[in-house]
Amino acid sequence: MKTGLAHQHLLGIRGLSAKEITHILDTAESFREISEREIKKVPALRGRTIINLFFEPSTRTRTSFEIAGKRLSADVINVSSSSSSVSKGETLLDTARNLEAMAPDLIVIRHPSAGTPHQLARICRASIVNAGDGAHEHPTQALLDALTIRQHKSRIEGLRVAILGDILHSRVARSNAHLLTTLGANVAVAGPGTLAPPEFAALVQRGGGELRVEQRIEDALTGADVVMVLRIQRERQDAAFFPSLREYAVHYGLNLKRLSLAAPDAIVMHPGPMNRGIEIASDVADGARSLILDQVSNGIAVRMAVLYLLAGGTGTAATPPSSSSTAQSVPEDDTLKNARGYERVHGS
Amino acid sequence: MEFVEKARIMDSMRINRALARLASEIVEDNHGAGHLYLVGIQRRGVPLANRLADKIADLEGERPPVGILDITLYRDDLSTVGANPIINRTDLPVDVEGKNVLLIDDVLYTGRTIRAALDQLIDFGRPRRVQLAVLVDRGKEHRELPIQADFVGKSVPTKKSEIIKVMLSDIDGDEGVAIVERPQTEGS
Repeated sequence: MKTGLAHQHLLGIRGLSAKEITHILDTAESFREISEREIKKVPALRGRTIINLFFEPSTRTRTSFEIAGKRLSADVINVSSSSSSVSKGETLLDTARNLEAMAPDLIVIRHPSAGTPHQLARICRASIVNAGDGAHEHPTQALLDALTIRQHKSRIEGLRVAILGDILHSRVARSNAHLLTTLGANVAVAGPGTLAPPEFAALVQRGGGELRVEQRIEDALTGADVVMVLRIQRERQDAAFFPSLREYAVHYGLNLKRLSLAAPDAIVMHPGPMNRGIEIASDVADGARSLILDQVSNGIAVRMAVLYLLAGGTGTAATPPSSSSTAQSVPEDDTLKNARGYERVHGS
Repeated sequence: MEFVEKARIMDSMRINRALARLASEIVEDNHGAGHLYLVGIQRRGVPLANRLADKIADLEGERPPVGILDITLYRDDLSTVGANPIINRTDLPVDVEGKNVLLIDDVLYTGRTIRAALDQLIDFGRPRRVQLAVLVDRGKEHRELPIQADFVGKSVPTKKSEIIKVMLSDIDGDEGVAIVERPQTEGS
């Protein structure tokens, strides 16, 4: 239980241990209740500054990070590429250095190019949170998906999870595959051959669970406990990965008939925004087994947990990752008082 | 890290007697259990609150509601507590508005936990009155804030180097209160 997040940044799920992932999920579970209060605010990050730096359009993720920061009492500033100096030709690194000079504690970044958060992490003292980088990773999405699954299935280990659709372009698929296999779920991904290449299996970190790529989505769906449908990224469809959206819906869309192949109590998830009638039929999206709106609520709790753990764990956020878990020597026994006079020590 | 036990100051029978006395003092002071709302501070304040509620029920025939506060997010030392504090549940099943809230914790030392609990409680509403009950009071000279307990199970004058260790069967298996001390060795 008392393991730390020995990281200054959250750049991806890859590299997180099962213990660390579980710690984030447990913390998020405690944060859910705050959003149900009349006054949805706690002072934990009072005086901290968070910059949301979004180089791609986003409503859900940006709003979710903003609400998460504000419910922790942090000062949250949103910068989007269309209204910033980026549109005047400034390079990313110059933008980052300028923001850094304003001394933020955390920078949440979304960018169309993979690896951008890592680049920022090398030059910034602030903690960097990856809110989606190209087709690489979207760690908080995978964490909120895992939280949602855990709430409904009370475990992740041993579950059969089907991830359907555009695997090739999906950072959600990658982060989820890393996370779910690390926690011991068995993941099957499937989509059109052009969008679900067999090589995908080699990209993924595997812990206890197995990962397989199926050619037919029916094979991935059969017996699944969890069905995740990915968005067809129409904006990335310049190349002809499939003949038409209508054809995609017919052959690969999740409808009630296909869903009947999954386990009788299977749950349905989608990271949003949905293309209704293309990758998911409306009667599935709005059906009793759909948890799509639970995912959105859980997104706030997960992001609160991530912001809190990154800001709280390292204090000034200048501590190198390796020392953050060992910098404090606090007693293991939580019955004892710590030096600051609190009646118990919550972490170590 | 090893701690040396210097003295056992309460066993389970003494804890039980102290709680029985506290229950009657609380009921007397509040003219019954009518508006009482017991709120335990995570973690050991929670079983203490439940035991007090049971004893009050024996006296008054009416069990006051019990809530739980976790003060982690209201601490003033987030940057120095070390990585990743564990956050426990906060649960106030009944509205605090207009209630006689009794905060309950195991040990009163610097008063900072109680400050955090008060701030959190007030974010939930406006109680008619807030009082504090603790099993052990380490003494006023340790206080860093103007906070005192209204009901005290046992006053134990302590040195700063000493630590009060409260064990309750619900959490620790064992039951008792001990004074322990960190041995004065290098590096501590």
